[in-house]
Amino acid sequence: MKRQLHILVCLKVVPKSEEVGVDRETMVLDRANARQEINPPDMNALETALALKDRWDARVSLLSMGPPFVAQYLRVGLAMGADDAYLLSDRALGGADTLATSLPLARAIEKIGEVDLVICGEESSDGATAQVPPGIAAWLGVPQATYAMEVDFDPEKWRAFVTREIRDGEETLDVPLPAVVSVKVSCNEPRFINPARWDHLRELGNVQVWSAADLDLDPDHIGFAGSPTSVAGLSDSRGGQSGRRREMITGTPEQEARILYERITAFLREGAGLAQETGP
Amino acid sequence: MIDPAYPASEASGIWVFLEHDNGQLAPVSLELAAKARELSRQSGARLTGLLLGSGMVVPRQNAERLDLDELLVVSNPFLDEFTAEGYSYAAAEVIRDRKPDILLLGATAYGRDLAGRLAVMLRTGLTADCTALELEPGTGLLLGEVSGFGGGILATIKCEVHRPQMATVRPGVFAAPEQPVAGNPEVVPLNVDIPMSSCPVRVVGRKIGSGVDISRAERLVVAGRGAANDLPSIQSLARLLNAEIGATRVAVDEGWATREQQVGQTGIITRPKLAVVFGASGASQFTVGIEQAGLVVALNQDPEAPIFEQADLCVVDDLVPVLRALVAEFESNGGGA
Repeated sequence: MKRQLHILVCLKVVPKSEEVGVDRETMVLDRANARQEINPPDMNALETALALKDRWDARVSLLSMGPPFVAQYLRVGLAMGADDAYLLSDRALGGADTLATSLPLARAIEKIGEVDLVICGEESSDGATAQVPPGIAAWLGVPQATYAMEVDFDPEKWRAFVTREIRDGEETLDVPLPAVVSVKVSCNEPRFINPARWDHLRELGNVQVWSAADLDLDPDHIGFAGSPTSVAGLSDSRGGQSGRRREMITGTPEQEARILYERITAFLREGAGLAQETGP
Repeated sequence: MIDPAYPASEASGIWVFLEHDNGQLAPVSLELAAKARELSRQSGARLTGLLLGSGMVVPRQNAERLDLDELLVVSNPFLDEFTAEGYSYAAAEVIRDRKPDILLLGATAYGRDLAGRLAVMLRTGLTADCTALELEPGTGLLLGEVSGFGGGILATIKCEVHRPQMATVRPGVFAAPEQPVAGNPEVVPLNVDIPMSSCPVRVVGRKIGSGVDISRAERLVVAGRGAANDLPSIQSLARLLNAEIGATRVAVDEGWATREQQVGQTGIITRPKLAVVFGASGASQFTVGIEQAGLVVALNQDPEAPIFEQADLCVVDDLVPVLRALVAEFESNGGGA
């Protein structure tokens, strides 16, 4: 092996989806009451990296962007087995869309230096765009492999072999490093915190916090100002009427089955007559 | 703001990226072309299809369901198999040269893979995974509706200054034309020089699945966590109803069904006439995948399960006895209509 493999894992801390609402007066997202968690597929990204580290001599770095409190989540990653952690934290980075999010992440990866393999979760549970990993790859000018189910590394060839999900099956890519890979949620079982590491976190080092200025980023290219897209409207589709009939069918199992049979066959014969218009 | 690749004043036309495999267009490309035609009628914009590949003939089999004004065909040996690097390089070259106003792609693995890379190369905005598209009255800007937070929150996104306005759209959101359409596009072959260095990734293996495509199923029987106790009856019912089998994420994770059968936010958005849902609790991540079904029937033993909010006919009971009785009903009456 020519040198130690350096893997960088992008972690995003997101509000738990089911706890986010929309303020019906202002039509602004209300995240204040939502608890936070590491975006679930990002945990699979971290596990992918740590499993590679178990097998090969590798250094695993963590990178996140967000408010200062995110540092404590990065420490969880350190306790799981990562070696160092970086946090981009700056109000100027807020309100960014995928273009203005992937740029500072790519610049940070360049500043950390000598990163061979960037591993991300397939998408975040809040935005669900899945566009940041390809975006990082494009800014860095390196190849990408998205929706990975398995990531293997060949130290002789210095390449990654990635099995990824496609529309109606899967394919395996032979990817030269450096590269960006995004992994599917639940492609593996993330490990628990290593208690011995948790107890010695202070010696493991701190989370390095960088501002936009530390990365020499043009303020016009980041955050809200650097985002070509904007939100034209918001609505909360939960809790409202779904437009469904919600008709309860009761009786013995046989009676219920009989009624269902009659209603289903009548519907299939007559078309949409029985169902009301569905939602938007 | 980052400088646009070209100014909005120079941009024109609606483009659809045509995804294809083995001479067949992806269903989502037909769906998108049909929607794009609707938008182009509103704005008067020219409708263009972008087809990338190698040694290519236009996929005839379903091209007759494609109503375009113009079809750009880029043929290059480096585009023989889809790679995000090769396809984004070629697409970016053509787009910088011809300056479309709007570019639509399917939110498939390939479409999202390509779109995310291309948007950064072109320094433009991308609205990902849209569930609706329209043109803003007055400005004519593309408005894309997207859902976040597990499908619960809907946002409308626009891209005012940068071009092309890019959006990926979920398969199954729009309907593909069922009949041939009178499309007779002007076919424009284009040459793009693709440097070898732009195609560093090799596809070394490819496994196409069972071919189950629940996004187009007319009838769907869906197995959730609670269906675990009697999967054979689920299969019998699906057979009798002439339905495809879909599954919730839990069922897929447990290995009762394949990824291709997963319904919902991270799976497939379906639009069947009939969806019969067994033992799914009804998380919004799942229900977004059956929202557009004609009739939703839900069975669950938990009367509080949120699935009942999203169903037309609801049965609260132990699953297995009702399921077996239902199979018996269809069997004794010779199957579904």
